[in-house]
This record gives sequence, structure tokens and C-alpha cells, in this order.
Amino acid sequence: MEFFEQLLNGLNRGSIYALIALGYTMVYGIAKMLNFAHGDVIMVGAYTLSVSASLLGISPYLGVLLSIVFCAVLGVVLEKIAYKPLRNSSPLAVLITAIGVSYFLQSLALLLFGSQQQKVASVINIPSIYLGSIELTGESIATLGVTIVIMVSLTLFIKKTKTGRAMLALSEDRGAAQLMGINVNRTISITFAIGSGLAAVAGVLFVSSYGFVGPYTGSLPGIKAFVAAVLGGIGSIPGAMLGGVLLGVIESFSQAYISTQLSDAIVFGVLILVLLVRPAGLLGRKKIEKV
Amino acid sequence: MALLEVKNLGITFGGLHAVDHLNLQVEQGALYGLIGPNGAGKTTVFNLLTGVYQPTTGSFFLDGENLTGKAPIEINKKGIARTFQNIRLFQNMSVIENVKVGLHNSGHCSFLESVLRLPRYFKEEAALDEKAMELLAVFGLDGERDYLASGLPYGKQRKLEIARALATKPKLLLLDEPAAGMNPGETAELMDTIRFVREHFGMTILLIEHDMKLVAGICEQVCVLNFGQELAHGQTSQVLANPEVITAYLGEE
Repeated sequence: MEFFEQLLNGLNRGSIYALIALGYTMVYGIAKMLNFAHGDVIMVGAYTLSVSASLLGISPYLGVLLSIVFCAVLGVVLEKIAYKPLRNSSPLAVLITAIGVSYFLQSLALLLFGSQQQKVASVINIPSIYLGSIELTGESIATLGVTIVIMVSLTLFIKKTKTGRAMLALSEDRGAAQLMGINVNRTISITFAIGSGLAAVAGVLFVSSYGFVGPYTGSLPGIKAFVAAVLGGIGSIPGAMLGGVLLGVIESFSQAYISTQLSDAIVFGVLILVLLVRPAGLLGRKKIEKV
Repeated sequence: MALLEVKNLGITFGGLHAVDHLNLQVEQGALYGLIGPNGAGKTTVFNLLTGVYQPTTGSFFLDGENLTGKAPIEINKKGIARTFQNIRLFQNMSVIENVKVGLHNSGHCSFLESVLRLPRYFKEEAALDEKAMELLAVFGLDGERDYLASGLPYGKQRKLEIARALATKPKLLLLDEPAAGMNPGETAELMDTIRFVREHFGMTILLIEHDMKLVAGICEQVCVLNFGQELAHGQTSQVLANPEVITAYLGEE
């Protein structure tokens, strides 16, 4: 019984990691950069929800929508201001800028809301379901359901639409895509909007399970999701989904059966092992450069 | 007036004049060759004409419109498309998807319409499929529509690249060493394809090539570049018989 409970727990957590990892992996695949500020977008999403409910008195569902839109716009604006001017400079400059943006968002939240964690009411009011003696909480049901819907629609979007096709083409060969008439700036903006919107969803789901939001709420899930994206093969969308879910389950099992303190070490250990055997990640493509 | 007019075009990298005061006139419907020894600056000319590089001097006009300094995407929309010396297909996309990327700007369905799957989205996708299949059929690739581009044999990859470039509806097609790495049989077939493209689509073609048999076989006019400068231009047979050109290629006796 405990096994199933832990499995559900892991799937729940893993779904959130997967949603965040999707943003990392899409941005990496298309803009060829690691957006280390991505985790903090989760925190912005959670604060937006909290502020819209407590200060503006907006209904929770509208608050979720507002949070998604706000984060999507934030993602696009950050890309335009911070990353776009560096598009042709060294990857290291972009990486450091992304870390800077991450600190900027955290400090801004610290300034606006203080270091105290705020309580956020869950937006999910679905009753728990009991499968025998296993309790499936409303939050779990919502998290799993939302994640599955998002994964399916994102896959369809990438495979079946013109914009999705442009994204794939851009991720393979930016120069050639540009010369075939693809608008690079627009496609990168859309990628950031989608990635940040997904981070907002993850933020809402995360605080719904966890109950609190603080300026650093996004950083640990952000790092874990980055690990998940690398585990699955960064740049690969199915990879991010698989990596996220796998990571959540491993984490949950190691907490339950091995050690709570060691669980993070085990998670990162698994990453190292996988990268030793498959340097491109589980579903990553090996890049062979022809010279 | 010529379809493509290049006036005094030049670019410097550091102290190197990669292309130096180049003048070209390519008439509507022409098959024009750009030849020269390795490192003469031929591909650089293509990169200038597609907006990948910005020229340091001079300008170029397509159909009388000045395209100097425009971004690659705008130049593509105005009607210049190209293929690459080292094939640059989207290797992990299918054959038909590659062509549909080229058709990117021919649909009018908005981002929102496709996300919400409004009826226009389905209509447009069907129309794009049909257009892509027409192009593939022209090149005898319709049987391989769902293959990955990387799974095609070399000669067919070249053809697919031409099909993808044509999908952007260009007025001028730039082919960068289309016969590179081909055996004589494949080259002969390619010559037929290029001739066919010109007639079937009424296309004006500017091509870079090292295979003199191909150049002599299909180009009416050529321009010879050497160290970034024009060495000679004119009718192919005359230019190829020019002693200076022979010296540039083979060295002095």
C-alpha cells in the first residue's frame, strides 16, 4: 500500500518538475540558452496568484489565468531586455545574465513582499478520492490531470502547427530556418511565452500542494527541473516529460525507503550515473558534427 | 532591366577583401554561373545576397528594389532563396515537413487560430500539404514524404533542398555547389533537374559550381571570381577559353 502512495506522491511531484522542465528544454532547444531564471518564474506565478486573491479579491480561477498571462508576458519581456541583445555573444555571457535575472527576480520579491513566507490558499477544491485505503487528494488529481492535458496539447502543437514546425526547424538549424523565411524573433518570443506560462501553471500547482510562497520558492524546484531536463535529454520535449516524472518518483521513493536527508543526494547521483552512460540524456540526440 | 543587379558589392573581414567591388547583372530567366578557385569568395557573395552578411560597400537590387542591408527573412520574402554547399536540411524532420517549413509564409492562419484549431487551421494545413506534395512530385520525392530527411540518399537530399527553397516562392534561386559530392550519373540527372526547374517554374538561377562540365552544360553566362575580384564575365564558352581564367584555375605553364 505504501508503495502505491509513494508512487502517487512521486508522480504528483514529478508532474510539476516536468512542467518546469518543459520550459527549460524548449528554451534551450530553440534559443540555445539555459535560462536559469526559469525557476523564479514559478515564484512570480505563485505571488501573482496570492496577490490577486488577497489584495485584488479576484476569484481563484481568474487568478490562475492572470498568473499564466502575467508570467508569459514576463518571459517575453525578460527575453527582449536581457537575452536578445546577447544572442550572438558567447554562451557564457548569456548564462551569467540568466543567473543575474534570477537574483533580480528574487530580490524584487524580497523587496515587495519581505522574506516571510506567505500563506496561499489552494485554488483546487476537488474532494479526495479513496482507492481502497489509498487517498488521492484533490491536488494530486488536478496536478496529474492538468499535466497530462498540457503534455498532449503541447506535443500536438509542436507536431501539427506552423508555429510548432518553425520551432522544430529553428532548433535544428537557425541559419537555414531564417533563410527559409522563418521569423526568429517571433518564434523565440512564443517559446518564452509558452515556457513561462507553463512555469506559472507549475507555480500554482506547487503552492496548492505546499501552501506557502516566499522569494526563494522557485529556486529548488527550478534546479530539480533543470536536472530533470538534463536527465531526459535537454532540448527534447518528451525527454523533459520523462525526466521530470522519473525524478519525482525517484525522489519520493528514496525519501520513503532510504533516507529523507539523502534523497537529494540520491537524485543528483542518479543524474551523474545516467550522464556517465548516456551523456546526451535518456532521450537526447547524440550530435555528430561532420567536419 | 536585369532581375538581379549587383553594384560594387564588397565585404571586408579584418584586412581581407573577401569580395571586392563585384558587379553582376542576371537577367530574368537566366541560368548564370559563378565560378572561381577555392576561397575566391563565391559563397560569401551568396551570404551577402541573402542578408547573412552585411556588405561594407555597394548594393544589390532585385527587380529594381534595393535589398542592401535587409535581414535574411525580409530578403527571403522579397524573393531570394538558396541551397547550401553542405546540405542543411532539417535532418530530423520528415521530407514533407521540410517543404512545409519553406511554405511557412504562404499561409495566413494566425497563431491563435491554429492553437484553437479553428476551421481555417484545418483548411490551411490541407492546402499546405497539397502544395508540398505538388512540389515533391515535381522532384520525384512524393513516394518518400514521411521519411526523415536524413534517411534520403544524397542526391535526393540535394533535390529536397531545392524543393524547400522553391517552396518560399522565390524570383531568384541561388544554388551553392549543387553537384558537390555527386558522381557523374547523379550530376547528369541534376543538370536535367536544374533545367527543368528553370522551365517549369520560370526560375532565374544563379549557381556556384566547381564541376566545369555542369557549368559548361547548363549556364549561358558565367562570372569568374578570383581573390574576391571579378576576373572575367560573359558567355560561358568564351570565358572558359580565356587564358587568364585557365591560369587562375590551373596555374601558369
